[in-house]
Amino acid sequence: MSESNPIADLRALEEEATAAVKSAQNRESLEEVRVTYLGRSEGRLSAILRGLAQVPVERRPEVGKSANTVKAKISRALEMRQLELVAPSAENEVDLTMPGRPRWRGGLHPITQAVDEIWHIFRDLGFARARGPEADTVWYNFEALNTPLDHPAADEQDTLYLVDSVLLRSHTSPVQMRTMEANEPPIRIIAPGWVYRRDTYDATHTPAFMQIEGLVIDEGITFVDFKATLAEFARRYWGPDTQVRFRPSYFPFTEPSAEVDVKRIITRPDGTQYETEWLEIMGSGMVDPNVIANAGYDPERYTGWAFGMGPGRIAMLKHGVQDLRTFFENDVRFLEQFAR
Amino acid sequence: MNVSAQWLIDLVPGLTGKPEEISEHLALRGAPVDGITSPGGGLGDIIIGRVIRARQHPNADRLRVCEVDNGAEIVQIVCGAPVVRDGACYPLAPIGAILPGDFKIKKSKIRGEVSHGMLCSAKELGLGDDHSGIMELVGDFTPGESFINSVGLNDFTLDVEVTANRGDLLSHVGIARELAAAGEGRIELPEIPDGSDLPLGYQTGAPEVEHTGFSVRIEDENLCHRYIGAVIRGVSVKPSPGWLQARLRGAGARPVNNVVDATNYVLLELGQPMHAFDLSELRGQSVIVRRASQKEAEFKTLDGETRSISTDMLMICDEEVPVAIAGVMGGNNSEVSDRTVDILLECALFDPKATRATRRELGMSTDASYRYERGVDPDGLRSAMERCIHLVLSTAGGELEGPILDCNPVPFESSTVELRLSRIEKLLGIPFEAGYVGELLAPLGFIVEGQTDGVLRVRVPGFRSYDVTREVDLIEEVARTHGFDNFPDTLGPQRASSVSDHPLFQLEDRLRAVLVGHGLFEVQTPAFCPEGEGDVEVLNPLTTVEPFLRSSLMPSLLRRVEYNMARGNRDVRLFELGTSFHKGGSGEPPLEEPHLATILTGRREPPHWSREDEEFSMWDLKALVVDIASRVYGEETTIDSVGGKCPTLLDENMCIYVRTGSGDIVGCAGRVTDEASDLPVWAGDVWSFELALPRNPSKGAEVVVTPLPQFPASERDLALLLPPTVTSREVSESIRRSAGPDLEALEVFDLYVGEGIPEGVRSVAFRLRFRSIKKTLKDKQVDKNMSAVLKRLEEDLGVEARG
Repeated sequence: MSESNPIADLRALEEEATAAVKSAQNRESLEEVRVTYLGRSEGRLSAILRGLAQVPVERRPEVGKSANTVKAKISRALEMRQLELVAPSAENEVDLTMPGRPRWRGGLHPITQAVDEIWHIFRDLGFARARGPEADTVWYNFEALNTPLDHPAADEQDTLYLVDSVLLRSHTSPVQMRTMEANEPPIRIIAPGWVYRRDTYDATHTPAFMQIEGLVIDEGITFVDFKATLAEFARRYWGPDTQVRFRPSYFPFTEPSAEVDVKRIITRPDGTQYETEWLEIMGSGMVDPNVIANAGYDPERYTGWAFGMGPGRIAMLKHGVQDLRTFFENDVRFLEQFAR
Repeated sequence: MNVSAQWLIDLVPGLTGKPEEISEHLALRGAPVDGITSPGGGLGDIIIGRVIRARQHPNADRLRVCEVDNGAEIVQIVCGAPVVRDGACYPLAPIGAILPGDFKIKKSKIRGEVSHGMLCSAKELGLGDDHSGIMELVGDFTPGESFINSVGLNDFTLDVEVTANRGDLLSHVGIARELAAAGEGRIELPEIPDGSDLPLGYQTGAPEVEHTGFSVRIEDENLCHRYIGAVIRGVSVKPSPGWLQARLRGAGARPVNNVVDATNYVLLELGQPMHAFDLSELRGQSVIVRRASQKEAEFKTLDGETRSISTDMLMICDEEVPVAIAGVMGGNNSEVSDRTVDILLECALFDPKATRATRRELGMSTDASYRYERGVDPDGLRSAMERCIHLVLSTAGGELEGPILDCNPVPFESSTVELRLSRIEKLLGIPFEAGYVGELLAPLGFIVEGQTDGVLRVRVPGFRSYDVTREVDLIEEVARTHGFDNFPDTLGPQRASSVSDHPLFQLEDRLRAVLVGHGLFEVQTPAFCPEGEGDVEVLNPLTTVEPFLRSSLMPSLLRRVEYNMARGNRDVRLFELGTSFHKGGSGEPPLEEPHLATILTGRREPPHWSREDEEFSMWDLKALVVDIASRVYGEETTIDSVGGKCPTLLDENMCIYVRTGSGDIVGCAGRVTDEASDLPVWAGDVWSFELALPRNPSKGAEVVVTPLPQFPASERDLALLLPPTVTSREVSESIRRSAGPDLEALEVFDLYVGEGIPEGVRSVAFRLRFRSIKKTLKDKQVDKNMSAVLKRLEEDLGVEARG
């Protein structure tokens, strides 16, 4: 057996390895250094340790201990060097601060988002969505809804006609009648859709816009249910601190009729709060018995309530949009702001 | 309706508060206030000035130099008015005052004479059109006092929004009734200064009533239930006293003269339209209420307009010609003027629907027609007439001639409505006691006349006879006066809806999510379009630019792309879900079809340092079409390049069609032609797709899972030379038919044209993946399959493998 001095070998190995670590210029070469000296099967330290069998038994603990120390020192040097190399100083290293490879982001129209948010609340309150035609008859748009054409109330929605008794619906309320005709109580629906008015474009009017109708018909439905459900909706939509006010009004197809107003508490970025004015959010009321009778139901047996609201107006209030026309211009820089 | 806050305070004993508080009361009674203005707005700087002495300006014929007492001192003011009376009071704008129109008064020298302010005309103060002279104030005034306080312009005008059912609220008394609860619970008409309360006599009759040679006759009692006329002789027409002018101004009205102002006062106070005729202009001694005759085709109203009238229209006539359009406007031929001495006052009840039809046909609306359409109090005519007579007598003098003529062929009878306490509870959700219901209704003029077994008999006052005819109408009054806010709002149990969520909404929800995932923005555009883009025409469009309803969404999306590009947005990816309209049967509603459309232009991916920018191409569009179409119409949907009708917007050589499993073409997609679009020169190709959606989509087949493979697959690549007549689809179909049951997948992975292959021939590379569900396939077996494929391709299509 040759004269071997494992302790000296280990010391030499440590020196050599430390130098190699220092001279490694990137993570690949550092990894090579690690494999060369500490690799499990081919590494130089492992080779020395395999030679331990030839070391006299009494010296083995000393050599083993020394080997562990050397291993720890080399490992430590490797770690330190690794930290230094994370900074992309080397030419062929990756700079992870470079931008990622993106894909286009799309988004829903803000009025769709308002409709969806409103729909999700009503869905939770047991409502389903119903539809009806956008071009409808005078009967469904006016007469069935207790609005004779020779009454001033018919003026308030200046209507666009297609042929004599066919018009573009001026509100989503025709869906009330169509849903009642096609179903049996209990009815709990909302009906989002386009409506049309003989208006010119300005900051708060467009000749076509979205509306959401709501209708509940069943036995035992009262003004208290009406108030409770819409107040619940308003608080869920506008926030739990929102005050809700029901103000008497007039719609030919509801009686009693009410406008619903909300007053919101808004928290500024600095944490202070302020109260808004009363904001009008919908028209509503108990369904007029004539409407219930026109649907073929017994108004003595069935009662109900209904509402109509404009998600465009609500989106304006919610997002600080000053001009309703912005929603129809569809500038992608506007739409992007809602792509969340 | 413009309402004077001061007038309301005078009508409702005990009512106090700022205009904002009155507005809040009204809002909660169903008559919200849209705005509050002041008739004296902007005139706070104006004071009363008394002219001590006026003399001719030494250097100007048309100017006068006045010594004016401004309360503190006597100042010199130069004035251009033709008449300035010594001792009279005028509105004075002192130095530093700002007049309407931001006109600041400065000390000045006019033709050598110093002027310390300005004496104002009505026009300069925004109080009228009269600028012929300065505004002489009639009555007792103290120099130096505030002008608006002195003349009663320290009022507030509330713009009250009155709903179409509440004609009774188109008067101060009507509004006051709703406010009574905020005061002492009653209303009281203010006294007319210098008025008398002498009882007035009547002569009644129908259809004609006559006294001392003058008669009133109603020929159409359906359109006019009642006509009351009164003759006053010897009036002197002049400006109204200050209090009356201030009242009118407070209610947003312009004073005219004492007679006209008296009629307007009654209209504003009681809601009863009144009219005054110059009696000397009437031919004969009769007023006849009849329809216009055939010959009477035109009529000049007192606004100077000549209007076409028809035989449907009710007219007020003298013995020869019409002198007023009933309920709408008086005639130019009988208007009260400065020279008028004798007048006929009219107080009548015209039919709401006929008045509405007439004023619509004439294309006009007046204070009178607005009230008649909504219904005036059929029980209030006499008190309105008496109020008006007292006003005229006190402000214009004269004498009432004989009794008042009251022609009343259809007397008004008030009605009663039965009100069940049980029904109130059923509708409103809380019980109401009979006594409390009576208390709620009484201040509004409803009288509970009796009660049997929980059923109240309620008498309806005349002014509510139009909108309160049913039990539910009374229940609304109960709820309204109880206060909507006083009902609980606790959410009770509810039964589940019998209506299912409409499947088209659910399909739209899914498509929206998918398209947003593809990086598209949803847009909303109105359905109106120009001629040529739809066949459903709007009869009464407001503009003629877009009088049709669109049959396709594509042009709307293209316009949005143009809009965006005009603003420098070059990457535009949009989609819309909307309705397509097509002509229906004659007299029928149009056919409506739900549609989805998309449009793509610009870069297919956002710019990134790792790649070159690439524009959208047909292949991006086609992949989108395949994805969307198969989600809507199922996996059996195919995309064809022939068989459909290419929309004019698209290039017919770059157009593909969506065909459902049952063979119907339901959509198309392709490149928008340059001719169809108006885009900047830098714009790239624009790609669009439109798909009809099922009106009532079915849920679609349930997914049945294919077991995952247990044996390895073998892949083979095949580069094929396709002659110009052979399509990739034909090759794919041939391969599928001939490759045997173990062909698991087939894809095109390369296309090569150029050196090494003949002109016109394409080298298309296919990758075939074979896998058996029973065993690991041997190479020999796969080779056999490939030979079969190649043999069939050569025989059927003349396609060979590339050597």
